[in-house]
Amino acid sequence: MSSRRHTAEKIRHLLETEGDAVRANATHFNDRRYDAIERFDRFEGLRDEARSIKEEAIEQLPDLIDQVTEAVEANGGHVHIAADAEQANRYIEEVCRDEDADVLVKSKSMTTEEVEVNDHLESIGVDVYETDLGEFVIQLADEAPSHLIGPAIHKSKDDIARLFNEVFDPDEPFETSEQLTRFARDYLGERIREADVGMTGANFVLADSGTIVIVTNEGNARKSAVTPDTHIAVTGVEKLLPSVTELGPFIELIARTGTGQSIAQYVTLLSPPTDSPTIEFERPDHPIEGGQDDREFHLVLIDNGRLDMRDDADLRETLYCIRCGACANSCANFQNVGGHAFGGETYTGGIATGWEAGIYGLDSAAEFNDLCTGCSRCVNACPVKIDIPWINTVVRDRINQDDDQAFDFLVEGLTPDDDPGGVDLQKRVFGNVDTLATLSSATAPLSNWFAGSGPVKWAMERFLGIDRRRDLPQFRRQTLRSWYADRGSRVTDPDRRAVLYPDVYSNHVLVERGQSAVRVLEGLGVEVVIPDVGESGRAPLSQGMLETARRNAEHTASVLENYVEDGYDIVVIEPSDLAMFRRDYDRLLPGERESIANDSYEVMEYVYGLFENEGDPEVLVPGQGRPLAYHSHCQLRTLGLEVYTEAVFDRLGYDVQTSDVECCGMAGSFGYKSQYYDLSMAVGETLADQFDDPSRQIVASGTSCQEQLDSLLDREARHPVEIVDPWTT
Amino acid sequence: MTEALVADFGAALDGLDVTWSRTASEGFEAAVDEAIVSPAVGAMLPFELVSLEGTDVVVQPTPTQLTEAVTGVTAAGLGIAEYGTVMIQSRPSGDEPVSLYPKRHVAVLRRSDLVAGVPEAIEWLGGEFAAGRDNVIFATGASATADMGELVTGVHGPGEVHVILIEDL
Repeated sequence: MSSRRHTAEKIRHLLETEGDAVRANATHFNDRRYDAIERFDRFEGLRDEARSIKEEAIEQLPDLIDQVTEAVEANGGHVHIAADAEQANRYIEEVCRDEDADVLVKSKSMTTEEVEVNDHLESIGVDVYETDLGEFVIQLADEAPSHLIGPAIHKSKDDIARLFNEVFDPDEPFETSEQLTRFARDYLGERIREADVGMTGANFVLADSGTIVIVTNEGNARKSAVTPDTHIAVTGVEKLLPSVTELGPFIELIARTGTGQSIAQYVTLLSPPTDSPTIEFERPDHPIEGGQDDREFHLVLIDNGRLDMRDDADLRETLYCIRCGACANSCANFQNVGGHAFGGETYTGGIATGWEAGIYGLDSAAEFNDLCTGCSRCVNACPVKIDIPWINTVVRDRINQDDDQAFDFLVEGLTPDDDPGGVDLQKRVFGNVDTLATLSSATAPLSNWFAGSGPVKWAMERFLGIDRRRDLPQFRRQTLRSWYADRGSRVTDPDRRAVLYPDVYSNHVLVERGQSAVRVLEGLGVEVVIPDVGESGRAPLSQGMLETARRNAEHTASVLENYVEDGYDIVVIEPSDLAMFRRDYDRLLPGERESIANDSYEVMEYVYGLFENEGDPEVLVPGQGRPLAYHSHCQLRTLGLEVYTEAVFDRLGYDVQTSDVECCGMAGSFGYKSQYYDLSMAVGETLADQFDDPSRQIVASGTSCQEQLDSLLDREARHPVEIVDPWTT
Repeated sequence: MTEALVADFGAALDGLDVTWSRTASEGFEAAVDEAIVSPAVGAMLPFELVSLEGTDVVVQPTPTQLTEAVTGVTAAGLGIAEYGTVMIQSRPSGDEPVSLYPKRHVAVLRRSDLVAGVPEAIEWLGGEFAAGRDNVIFATGASATADMGELVTGVHGPGEVHVILIEDL
């Protein structure tokens, strides 16, 4: 509990101190990414290509390591494979000692952050200067990077000016970005000239030619690599590609997904030692000449857990990461709190969970893993199609198993899951929401009065970490299923037959939207059945309770499959459950459940399909220009399905404003948790700001989006299907 | 076809705020002198029929000349029309530092070395790598950073880029 309070305080502090700058920068990158990709019709094809190149390269990794060693040595350079940070630092130290190095200049490299080479070199008396301006800023501030490619995005221009004025005490204080950039360039330009060693990272390494590829905008990596005679490139083994032939897709992808540029300013391919002349600044009047013979090159390839990740079926995908930062920029939580909360020892953003778990272990990943809500907005952003939410789920599951927290037998009846006792109580309650809902409906309204009372809210916050500022769901005595069992079907000569999936919320809490769905489907000639089928597995999955999720999924899939075989379509109201059927079942239940993925539809998508198949729009409520403000749902958008709701509204003549935020901030249970309440509200504010026209009816596809919007705005949010249901008007 | 490539290339350069001029090989020296801001240094061009001799550009500069130059003139081995990219190949004649240190970079590109996109450039690079010419920079526009809050051009690399396209080569 005290750790929840500690987490809440840390997040609150970062929201106050770094939130504004991070939000401005991360959303700027994100908006630019959308623009860049919209203008680029080869994006999906290149992602597929990049993905398969990376899969193949990681498969071949041991061979590629041998090849690159041979190639670099044939070029006249040296290769060192470092098993861990200590070995890497020791080798780099030796090179610096051999060179008698006093000054080393560096270009940006996350891998050197990982091995903490700067600290090591400083400890042996080598002055290290970061030449990437963002890295230079955090070096001066003595802080950690807050983003994979924008290490100082948590600082505003004014923060940086204050820092520079303090450190350098100029005659005229710095004010503008222009002044700061000029100063830093000149200052670092001098350091590059006097440097004995230049150190770079590498975005890619080409095995057959011994080439390192560096992607930059500033030109500092070029200068750092070729100005000093000695060049050390430090990079992870996973950066290897077979040859220049495989490089193409990455050149066209990395800047687009990273900063939204179509290509980076400089993509540098160096096969050192290069024959570019060395520049002897101590002999200023001798023509530049020489080259290869005067140059020395060391490639330090870091393992540090990567080869074990390669053998780990779930973490292996992490190695495909090209570190563009798109998963951070597209993440609503990251946009608001940044990498100092959403990050571990070195890495930041959604993919950081994989890197930190593989390199430093579960403890490091556990520090921030909960900040991934599984909203899946990063999934379509990733240039190599890594299933980042899945990595977060798997790691969460491992953290749960690893946690030896005492199991509280009092709640065992409420949490009949298959996961081990180590799972945190808060997670168990949310992961077993179906049991809680069934019990609460059976005892409603008593259960609602009880849960809404002051002492109980206090106890729930204290023991379960459910924030008392949140209104809890009001469970209904009559569930959707019991209502429908009493009412029965009213379609006699059906055009189609469909299962309406009774998700926990439609069945127990938001019963009206379930009823609307029944009436709308029936109005369009569909016979509806609502079977006795359990929770989809979404709730336990989101808590990292994989065994329970798998159990629930098995049960739900087997029930639904029977209906599919009998010719029923599966219609789903709650987008997160639809995402289970369409996306996650593939992971949870490998190889077997394609029929559900193919035959399940979001309810408004299904209505759209019925319109297309001669369903009569006239049976639904005409819009007549009625103003709506529609927030779809993060997972619905990832599946590309929000367009159907918009199309149905459009067809019926509604005037729809749509939100363009990545997520509402509630994200299922996330916003209920006391340690994340403030962050959840901060994320929600950006959505609320977009819906500032009080004349518009608020419409949301997801339960948690509806709850979040209800708490942020005075207007009650409704599901789209309720809006078009003639019964409700 | 090639005129369409030139048009695409020109549009991409315009979008990058990179200026460009077209010349026949015959008027090359004049085009160079027009494109540079003195003092200028250069790396020998690996092209037949044109050279920096007879221009105001100093080839094989000293470190002092390199750091004091306003303009650096180099060849571009290839141009990518889609992006306005010029490919600078490292050579003993100093293409890398000459294209990097001075504030203004002037890249000389033969029209026949213009290709449509990155896939064509990669194919060309395959041949170059096989021939041992495996140090190359895809340079697109001026160096830039937004690390200090707003976008500023001209960081460690050049802040201005100009491309001379030789029409008949």
